[in-house]
Amino acid sequence: MLGGAALALGGRAAWDAAAAEPGSAEAGSAASGTASSSGTAGTSGTAGTSGTSTSGSADTAGRAVVPFFGEQQAGVATPPPAFASLVAFDLVAGADRDALVRLMRIWTDDIGRLTAGEPGLGDTEPELATVPASLTVTIGYGPGVFTAADLEIERPAWLAPLPPLGIDRLEDAWSGGDLLVQICADDDLTVAHATRVLARQARTFTTVRWVQRGFRRSPGTTAPGTTMRNLMGQVDGSRNLVPGTDDALIWHDDSAPSWLAGGTGMVVRRIAMDLDTWDVLDRSGREITIGRRLSDGAPLTGTAELDEPDLDAVNDLGFPMIDTVAHIRRARSASTSERFLRRGYNYDDPPVTGKLSNSGLVFVTFQRDITAQFVPIARRLDELDLLNRWTTPIGSAVFVVPGGCREGEFIGQRLLTV
Amino acid sequence: MTSLTRLSRPAARSLQHPSGRAAAAARLLGASALGLTLAFSLTACAAQSPAVGDAAATSTTPAAGATPADEGATAITVTDPWIKAVDSGMTAVFGTLVNGSDSEVRFVSAVTSASPKMELHEMAKNDAGEMVMRPKEGGFVLAAGGSHELAPGGDHLMIMDISAPVKPGDEVSVTLTAEDGSEFTFMAPARTYTGGNETYESGGMGMETPAAGGGMDATPMPAAS
Repeated sequence: MLGGAALALGGRAAWDAAAAEPGSAEAGSAASGTASSSGTAGTSGTAGTSGTSTSGSADTAGRAVVPFFGEQQAGVATPPPAFASLVAFDLVAGADRDALVRLMRIWTDDIGRLTAGEPGLGDTEPELATVPASLTVTIGYGPGVFTAADLEIERPAWLAPLPPLGIDRLEDAWSGGDLLVQICADDDLTVAHATRVLARQARTFTTVRWVQRGFRRSPGTTAPGTTMRNLMGQVDGSRNLVPGTDDALIWHDDSAPSWLAGGTGMVVRRIAMDLDTWDVLDRSGREITIGRRLSDGAPLTGTAELDEPDLDAVNDLGFPMIDTVAHIRRARSASTSERFLRRGYNYDDPPVTGKLSNSGLVFVTFQRDITAQFVPIARRLDELDLLNRWTTPIGSAVFVVPGGCREGEFIGQRLLTV
Repeated sequence: MTSLTRLSRPAARSLQHPSGRAAAAARLLGASALGLTLAFSLTACAAQSPAVGDAAATSTTPAAGATPADEGATAITVTDPWIKAVDSGMTAVFGTLVNGSDSEVRFVSAVTSASPKMELHEMAKNDAGEMVMRPKEGGFVLAAGGSHELAPGGDHLMIMDISAPVKPGDEVSVTLTAEDGSEFTFMAPARTYTGGNETYESGGMGMETPAAGGGMDATPMPAAS
């Protein structure tokens, strides 16, 4: 079921095994999710072998390859590597289904080569392609693809701009897009080259609408499976959906149209952080805001990051241990189906003159049904969330990630050649 | 190959058979100053090993048209073939030809679905020391078990006067004919390519500016082509 993504976990595990430092406290609990996914995938043989044989190599992270072909596109269930570039494209006027087919053929061929550490056809910087560094490229279709391809009838009902939210201060510069390419790797030069190759080949079909770059910890700097920290200092992404375990909430299965089987819905929100006012808040205020300890991400009612928060717990004075408007309380729904896979990245761009920072999250989520899973939570947080005082959504875009492809197929083939 | 040449049609036709008339063709090029001058030499596209995904893009089928006596091209494969997408005028096909046989194969001519005019070209220094593009005397020779790279700035399959736009993502067929008459056919997918910045001698000392041409504009602007 996991297909390429499963192998991806294996490949990643190979590097992780080499880089892991036993005894890292923070990794222990968080890593268990990844480990079980990897086990489910059944690729431990390959991973173990390469992990053992290459553990001494200095370029292990650079040589790590995530398989491209599979039931699902890589870059969703794949453990997020250190760097990401998300590029949204608008189709040029007149780009039709035939044009989309040609573009998908080109991109599929390029992605197959680049993720294997090979240059694309006509790659003018082929040397930059030789370090795959766990490169994945994930293609998403915005609503505009279905219009351009005259395939409105195939557009999932949940593939539409999110309903307006009171907290939103959306900017066109970070919103919308007909096509999305998410490029992730453990090396930023690899990301930049892959981005360039794909954008260059798309130039007759599209214009670039926006680019969002993001980062996490670099390879070899933290134990595998460590939950990301954001620029507010918080452990960000605890109790995430686990690929392999929560697949029903992530992927469409064979009951979906064939092009969507192995596919998922993708939300990209750009969430600005006001770090200057966040600076003013003391540590206990910060912990109350989230409902988690800053030191290890444990809920204020627990002792470890992955402990289930006890929302009913009260302190000596009878006040809730986790504030009534704390982020984790508001972000939790009574419905266990209102959850999604978070796979975001930090951004820390140059500030405009006179400002100290321009930081935040490229908040990326994957879920089978955006309307059923993402929107209710977004609405809850819009209504009430202490964190809203320091965070502002300034970009929003939705895409459907079509299923993966087999060798000889191209991404989206089962949609575009119906 | 960003710019254009004004390769006159009669001259172009006379250059169609490099193997038979290479010497004459070379003289003609010199005499009529139709040589093509490279401003920059390229070294890209050196990919030799098949990448993931090659299966879809690379045809390695020996020619179906070879007669029993004509076996020269039947052990030929091509790695990473591609053609530069253009709207009109000239373009070229690249890739690495591989000879899997234990005898030499010499390709002497080529035809393509993209145009009635295809030639086997090389880059070489002219008398003035400039790199010029010209039909390759003797064709492309693949040693037994050897390979022959066709790349921007080097040997390539030149196409003149394409009959219809070659759009990015399209595929065109190319058939190479060996000295013994056997053939090798493959499909070349089209890619956007702006490398090279090649300019062509238009005659005498005059150089055409990249924008002056009409046929080899390799920087397609956004358009629903």
